[in-house]
This record gives sequence, structure tokens and C-alpha cells, in this order.
Amino acid sequence: MDPDSELLLQLRSGDERAFVSLVERYHEPMLRLAASFVPSGAVAEEVVQDTWLAVLRGLNNFEGRSSLKTWLFRILVNRARSTGSKEQRSVPVADPEPAVDPSRFGGGGGWADPPEHWIEAAERRMEAGKLADRIRAWLGELPARQREVVLLRDIEGMSSEEVCAVLALTEGNQRVLLHRGRSRLRQLFEDEFREVR
Amino acid sequence: MKLLHRLRYPDLVCQQAVELVTEYLEGSLSARARRRFEAHLAACPHCTEYLAQMRETISLTGRLEPEDLTPQMRDEFTDLYRRWRSEQQ
Repeated sequence: MDPDSELLLQLRSGDERAFVSLVERYHEPMLRLAASFVPSGAVAEEVVQDTWLAVLRGLNNFEGRSSLKTWLFRILVNRARSTGSKEQRSVPVADPEPAVDPSRFGGGGGWADPPEHWIEAAERRMEAGKLADRIRAWLGELPARQREVVLLRDIEGMSSEEVCAVLALTEGNQRVLLHRGRSRLRQLFEDEFREVR
Repeated sequence: MKLLHRLRYPDLVCQQAVELVTEYLEGSLSARARRRFEAHLAACPHCTEYLAQMRETISLTGRLEPEDLTPQMRDEFTDLYRRWRSEQQ
């Protein structure tokens, strides 16, 4: 039996530990995602609470046409969207936003100020447990739509198809948002570890 | 023929290459665009480093774990579930 079906069976049959572990796994990621749709943390909290209620109410009718995770996040996003869009959410995807500051390239388009090495330093700080909070803060600084895609793709590990379904995006826009979000994060890592010169 | 090809598909420059990284990692470049991108990487240590940094960015971000629930929240959710169960009976 696949893990989703097994979990569903437990949830439907009254295994409260199964429910609590589902909440453990998704509550904070859902809060993080909800926060990019609504004006305040308190509202995001309400949206996520409502989502859990809706999940319980819908549990017996869930047919497993999508994964359980995709279903959860779709409920969340639908609720968050209807609860109130943040102002200026709809920055058009078509607006150009270079992956790297154009001033770092010379006239011919080659690197003038090439990327500085930071991978080893970042690994060391990650292993020391001192980087995760910084990354969480940086995610909060991304434009909302980029953050939503990065959260679902790179943290939740969803496929591009799943993300398109959850966020109602085209494949092309999903990829553009992912590219911009990841590119911004890369720059933040580079800035963090840039040696003082 | 080869010259015509070179005219039509000039070598990538770094500023263009960095914009193709996500499509490259997603496997959504055409075979020709992929070869062109890889040819650029083979000749450019800075873009090779850049690609490695994008992979590292994805890897580090992917290692974030959900923060733990507080014991109080755990109790609240247990209650929520029990209420739902009792409505099911």
C-alpha cells in the first residue's frame, strides 16, 4: 500500500496520532505559504486552522486523484486566496528580472565580477545549525509569488506539475518564478559569505 | 554550412547562460540549447561555479525542516481530531 493510502486509512479509522503527525509535518509549511497570501500572521494562522477543519471534513470524500499533500495545499491556497489577497500581489511575470545584477557583466556579456566561492563555508555553517534561520528569513524576503513556488518545489519537494495545480500557474510561469526565486536566494548566499574586502 | 550555423547560433555569453540554469536543471532545454549551454560551461569556470552554486542553493533550501509544534498546539489538534471523530459516530 502506498504511504498516502495507509495514512488515509489510519486517519479515517480514528488514529489520532496519525492526524497529529500529519499536522506536525505540514502545519508550519502551510503557515509559511499562507503568509504570502494574507496580510498578517494572525490571519495566516486562521487560514491554516480552517484548512485543517476542511481537511477533516473532506477526509471521507477524498478520492486520491492527487496526492494527499497536493490536496492539502490546494485547500490551503483556495482558502488563503479567498481570505484576501495582499496588495501588489500580481507583479506580472513578464517583467524582466535578471538572475544576476547586469553590472557584474562586461560589455560583451562575460563576467566582470564573477561569483565568489561560498559553498564550503555555507555547508560548514549549515552543519553547525547556524544557517537554517537565515534561509527562513531570506525566503520571507522573496516576492510572494517566487516564495510560493520555491517553498513548494524546493522545500516540499513537489513536482512542477503539482505546483502548477496547487497555485494555478502555467508551466512556463512556474519555471520563471522558480528561476527568479532561486537566483535571488543564490545571491543572498553569496552576499552572506562574501569576504569583507 | 558550419559558418552559417555559427552565425545562426552564436556562442552563449555568461549573462545569457545564467538565465538558462533553471531550464537546464529542469531538463526543459531543447537538445541543441542544452549542447550549447554545456559547451559554454566547458569553457567557462565562472559559469560552472555559478551552476554549482544554484545546485547548492536548492540543496540547502531543501534541508529546512518544519519547526516543531508546541505541546499546547499538539493538544489542540488532538482535541480537534477527537471532536471530528465524535461527530462521525
